[in-house]
Order: sequence, then C-alpha cells, then structure tokens
Amino acid sequence: MSEQFNLEIVSPEKSFLKKDNVTEVIVPAFEGEMGILKDHISIISFLKPGIIKIISSNEENSYYVDDGIVEFKNNTLSILTSNIFDIKNSDKSKIQDMIKQAEKDLVGEKLDDQKRFIISQKVEVLKSLSIN
Amino acid sequence: MASLDDLKKRISSVKSTQKITKAMKMVAAAKLRRAQESAERGRPYSEKMNNIILNLSNGLSDKENAPKLLTGTGEDKVHLCVVMTADRGLCGGFNSNIIKKAKVYFKKLSDSGKTLKIITVGSKGHDQLKRVYKDKIIENISFKDSKNANYFDANKIGNIIIEKFENKEFDVCTIFYNQFKNVITQIPQEQQIIPLKMTEDETKKSEESYEFEPDEDEILGNLLPKNISTQIFKAMLENSASEQGSRMSAMDNATRNAGEMVDKLTIEYNRSRQAAITKELIEIISGAESL
Repeated sequence: MSEQFNLEIVSPEKSFLKKDNVTEVIVPAFEGEMGILKDHISIISFLKPGIIKIISSNEENSYYVDDGIVEFKNNTLSILTSNIFDIKNSDKSKIQDMIKQAEKDLVGEKLDDQKRFIISQKVEVLKSLSIN
Repeated sequence: MASLDDLKKRISSVKSTQKITKAMKMVAAAKLRRAQESAERGRPYSEKMNNIILNLSNGLSDKENAPKLLTGTGEDKVHLCVVMTADRGLCGGFNSNIIKKAKVYFKKLSDSGKTLKIITVGSKGHDQLKRVYKDKIIENISFKDSKNANYFDANKIGNIIIEKFENKEFDVCTIFYNQFKNVITQIPQEQQIIPLKMTEDETKKSEESYEFEPDEDEILGNLLPKNISTQIFKAMLENSASEQGSRMSAMDNATRNAGEMVDKLTIEYNRSRQAAITKELIEIISGAESL
C-alpha cells in the first residue's frame, strides 16, 4: 500500500528539503489552511505566513514560512519559499527580531488592507512560536 | 643596456607580481567552486517558478485584464536597462564584455528614438558607463558589503524595479549579465523581464490543467513580482560564477606571462653579467701584455 507522495521544498539559495515518504502536508494557503494527501488534484496556490506541517510515515515536522507558492502535480508537492526555518531548532532571538521588524512594518502608513492582514498574521504566528 | 642592479630589481619585482597573480588565481578558483555550486543550487527554484508562471499564463481566462507585469503597458517608449557587473576589476574581459553588449543595445534604442534609463548594479559598470551615459543612469546599486550573492539583495533590486514600473517610469525592462558556460567562456546576455517573454518551445510543453486557489489573476499578481526578483537573483548567481571564472583565467594568463618575463630577464641578466666579466678579463690581459 502506498499513501505516500513526494515533497520538495526549494528556496532561492538551495533545495531545502526533499522527501519521498510523506503522507500528509498541511500548508497555510492564502485562503485558509489546506491539507494535502496523495492523489490530490493538480493545484497551485500561494502561502501566507504560517506553519507547514509535514507528516511522514515515521515522523512529523513543522516549519515556519514567510510566503511561498505551492504546486501539486503528479503526486509531487513543490513548495517555493524565500524564508523558511525548522521550528524545532529555531533561534528564539531571531524570532523576536522578526516580530519586532513585522510590528514596525505594521505601523508604516502606506499599507493596503491585504498587506496589513498578512503582516498581522505573521506577528501572530511568530508570537505563538516564541511562547512555546 | 640596463645595469646589472636594475635588472635584478626588475626580476624581483616581476616575481612578486607573479606571486600576487598566482594567489589571486587560487582564491578565484576556490570562490568559483562555491559560486558554481550556489548557481546550481539556485536553479531548481527559478525553473519551478518559470514553470508555474507558464502554466498560469496559459490557463489565464481573460488575457485582456492580465497583470501589466506579464503583458507590458502596451507601449514601447521608455526602456529600463539593468546592467549587472562586478564590484572588482582584474577579471579579464568580464566587465567590459557586458558593457559592450549593453552599449550596442543602447545605441539601437537611441537610434530608434526610444528613451533610455539605466540602473547599474556593481560599481565597475557604473564607472565605465558614467562617462557616456551619465544623465541616463537613474540608480546605482552596489553590494560591496555582502560576500556572496544572496536573495535578499536580489529582492531589493526587484522591489526598486517594480516600484518604478508601478509609477509608470518605463515600459520595457531588460537585464544584462554574463551567463556562466565554463571557466573560459562566459556569454554576455540580455534578457527582457518586463513584459515577460516566453520562448517558443516553452509555451508548447505545458498542457497540464490546474486548479487555482485563489483565482489565476490573483496568483499571477502575487507571483510576477517574485519572479522578477528570482530572475535577478539567477543573474546575480550566474554573474558571480562568471566573474570568478573570468578572473581565474585572467590571473592564470598573467601568471604565465610573468613567468615568461622572468625567464627573458634572467637570460638578459646572465648575458650582461658574462659580458661584464669578459670585459674585465680583457682589461686585465691587455694591461698585462703592455707591461
């Protein structure tokens, strides 16, 4: 039996992660969280700041992403993102810095509602990370 | 003929130059490997990005209202050229090849009566272009402080370009960079990034139908600015690999030339030393004979 599919996460600088035994991936898609299982229909969507949860047969990993694009095709899920890190071994002070930066951005005046929403989302997610 | 002392000094100075060029070659070789690796690592991202955009633009239902970044402003008057060069010299024809390519393009533009705006990336390009095109250069970006090409810097350039596009400051944007083929060959490239140009075979191969969430327009609107940064990042990576490759071969040549020069000077030195000895001997002998 095989309920597994391939996952590839690439950032501009390198191929971040490659796995072929993933059973489920939950991504923070722009219009709400999206769980992807094997044989999902081909889809393209983009991400808002949030947590990618990767469930494979023997382990479960979570990563934080800033933004990105997901593409699912022929049982291969590709995630393109410019900023990603593993939550387990993340740097607390770096997260604090990111929160500060995001809050500063939020104060800026030239923001439309959509950007404002995205940044406040980012602050929320990051804050929840720093508590744990 | 130069005196023995002078020759000695010249030999030692050429030798120390040779040492420097040799060291620079080694450093360039080490950096080249790293730059090449990161160029290869960056490739999947830009390829994937390209594929997705291709699929999206093919699936686009309403071509009329497609984002301007994809289709252009519908005009062709003001051209923005982004010329990407290195921050350092001593790398053979690397910088001047790009400049040459860019100048040909500039000439073509001005001949057909189009307005030209230039952004230079890297200080060497700025130095060379400002002599002729001083009033055309609207921005000069240099990343002397960052060690390697990184996405953050590329994003900065991308944002500047997009901002200018949204302010309707130009219609067409082209970037100039060196594509890395191998250590000896780098090909200067011009690539149009706004409006996005697809090559023939690229448009053919995608037939896959996708589901989009949210709709195509919105994804494209979000994706295209990212694609510009990605293209620029790709160009930066290619450029940095090319720079090191070009420097390596230039320094290799310089080392070899210095070696030849040392050989020639040594022969000259030995000859004149021998001549001096012979002269002294003749003087002694003829002096003894006259007694």
